[in-house]
Amino acid sequence: MNDARLHRLRARSLKLLQLAALFIAMSIICLPGLWVVLNSFRPTVEIMAKPPVWIPQELNLDHYRAMFGDLGEGGVPVMRYFTNSLIISVTSTVIAILVGMAGGYAFARYQFKGKAAIFIGLMLTRAVPGVALSLPLFIVMARTGLIDTHIGLILVYVSLNVPFTIWLIDGFFRQVPVELAEAAEIDGCTRWQAFWKVEFPVARAGVASAGIFAFLTSWNEYALASQLTRSTFSKTMPVGLRDFTSEFTINWGGMCALAVLMIIPALILTFLVQKHLIAGLTFGGVKG
Amino acid sequence: MAQVTLRTVVKKYGALQVVHGIDLDIDDSEFVVLVGPSGCGKSTTLRMIAGLEPISGGEIVIGDRVVNDLPPRHRNISMVFQNYALYPHMTVRENLGFSLKIAKRAQGEIDRAVDEAAEILSLTEYLDRKPGALSGGQRQRVAMGRAIVRHPDVFLFDEPLSNLDAKLRTQMRTEIKKLHQKVKSTIVYVTHDQVEAMTLADRIVIMRDGHIEQIGTPLEVFEAPTNTFVATFIGSPPMNLLEGRVAQDAVALANGITVPVPEAFRAHVTDGQEVILGVRADNLMPVGHAMPMEGAHAAFDMTVNLSEPLGTETLLFATLAGEEVQAKMLNPRPVASGEQLRFQLDLTRCHLFDAQSRQSLR
Repeated sequence: MNDARLHRLRARSLKLLQLAALFIAMSIICLPGLWVVLNSFRPTVEIMAKPPVWIPQELNLDHYRAMFGDLGEGGVPVMRYFTNSLIISVTSTVIAILVGMAGGYAFARYQFKGKAAIFIGLMLTRAVPGVALSLPLFIVMARTGLIDTHIGLILVYVSLNVPFTIWLIDGFFRQVPVELAEAAEIDGCTRWQAFWKVEFPVARAGVASAGIFAFLTSWNEYALASQLTRSTFSKTMPVGLRDFTSEFTINWGGMCALAVLMIIPALILTFLVQKHLIAGLTFGGVKG
Repeated sequence: MAQVTLRTVVKKYGALQVVHGIDLDIDDSEFVVLVGPSGCGKSTTLRMIAGLEPISGGEIVIGDRVVNDLPPRHRNISMVFQNYALYPHMTVRENLGFSLKIAKRAQGEIDRAVDEAAEILSLTEYLDRKPGALSGGQRQRVAMGRAIVRHPDVFLFDEPLSNLDAKLRTQMRTEIKKLHQKVKSTIVYVTHDQVEAMTLADRIVIMRDGHIEQIGTPLEVFEAPTNTFVATFIGSPPMNLLEGRVAQDAVALANGITVPVPEAFRAHVTDGQEVILGVRADNLMPVGHAMPMEGAHAAFDMTVNLSEPLGTETLLFATLAGEEVQAKMLNPRPVASGEQLRFQLDLTRCHLFDAQSRQSLR
């Protein structure tokens, strides 16, 4: 009897501890984001106040108004940056996903010479810090005349993302039993149909998550984009954030407002794709 | 409906040869079971018939077409996989109708075929579920339903029951047999379970190491195994094998025990020949607990080491000529280990194999 109570007590305190740990972890993750959002609505005086003002006294849309306003009055070509970001991120993601699907499928299903070496090679490219590539990339892009173009950045992001999408999609296709495609072939499919009608739908959670990761990488990337873009013709939103810094001041409020605009599409996309991310799609098709 | 013919079919993976030129003629609407221990090439053979595995030599004919180079979809076959391989993202209805949809049949026709198959396999109430929401037996039936909707020439089964529990396995075995009687298609069925092979097959093909050891009806392979491998593989418990030497129309076993050479083998043995005597537990029974043995028989005393009561009979482990043998006791009574019993051996049902080649001497 006493024992049972002790166990219950222990279980309950463990649960409490768990919740506390979860709260702390989520705070660490969410607070900076919340701070950015808050600051975008607060007057600069309040943002810069020392000691800090924790509870906002006044919220307004001034920073947003200014950002969309004329260039001379703190305005930034937001729409231009947004379009650039969108074109570059979407195109590079689509390409990275297509290549990743082809590559991932090949690694998961086929045996070929040098398979392990190629795979390790691909993974090693992930070990190189992106910034280390900036100078060589700059030189290559300059020689080929791709500085300040969409294509230049798209190429860079595709090459950054492809190893990752291949690796992720490979893992998902490995979980799809070979028999599914074989059953489809016996049911009358060509190899191609078997892939699109059976294997792809079953592994689409993996493709979706690879897509999100690739998109977010391109969407948020700053270091390389800041080197390879020059003008509003190709500058992406993260690079656009720098427009708020001038020689002596930084317009934190404006920067936060642009950052919020940057976060929104990423949030929407994640929200849209998340239902495809639910794992366990392969469950039930074959005896587990 | 079609015949299937294999002519010296070979399968190699690089230097490794797993199927060594097998020949097999399967009649129209015949139920043939390929059976053998794992690694014997039975599944590979089935996959070659299906077209999932290219053949390295020989010829496979389905109906009147050589299908060596045809992809699976042009062979008009269907296959039930060991792990069912149901499409997890489709409902049972979509799973069943998938092949017809790929063949671009009219929706009405697909619905009719699916309903009919669901009816046959009593799946009607599960049609809108996904495979994940089905039990093992139901998934198995969906896999079979997917195979029958297309009315293929040949059904291929790759160990379809090995993932089910014992009770369900027996039940599905009966259903497969009923299904065969209903649809009357040619069936090639792979299993490692000799009971499945015996109960289902019109003819059994016993394979080992990529060779066919024997082809015959269940009774043929049980009653006249061509070698010791078939003798021990078919039948449960496995046939007892005792080494001996022929001397004056008798087989002298170890420890001075002699057994007369069975009538059927008299003409095929010579004095001094090394042989193996094959005795099934069913033909070695304690006196008073045996089937009536009308033909020639022998009798001797054995000490029982262990008994396994099975209800209607008890399996006895005893020592004969220095070897442990298994015997059966009908109308059983409790037997203590160490008890000595007099056993009867039915000579008309004994087998003799050559000790070197291990082939039957019949």
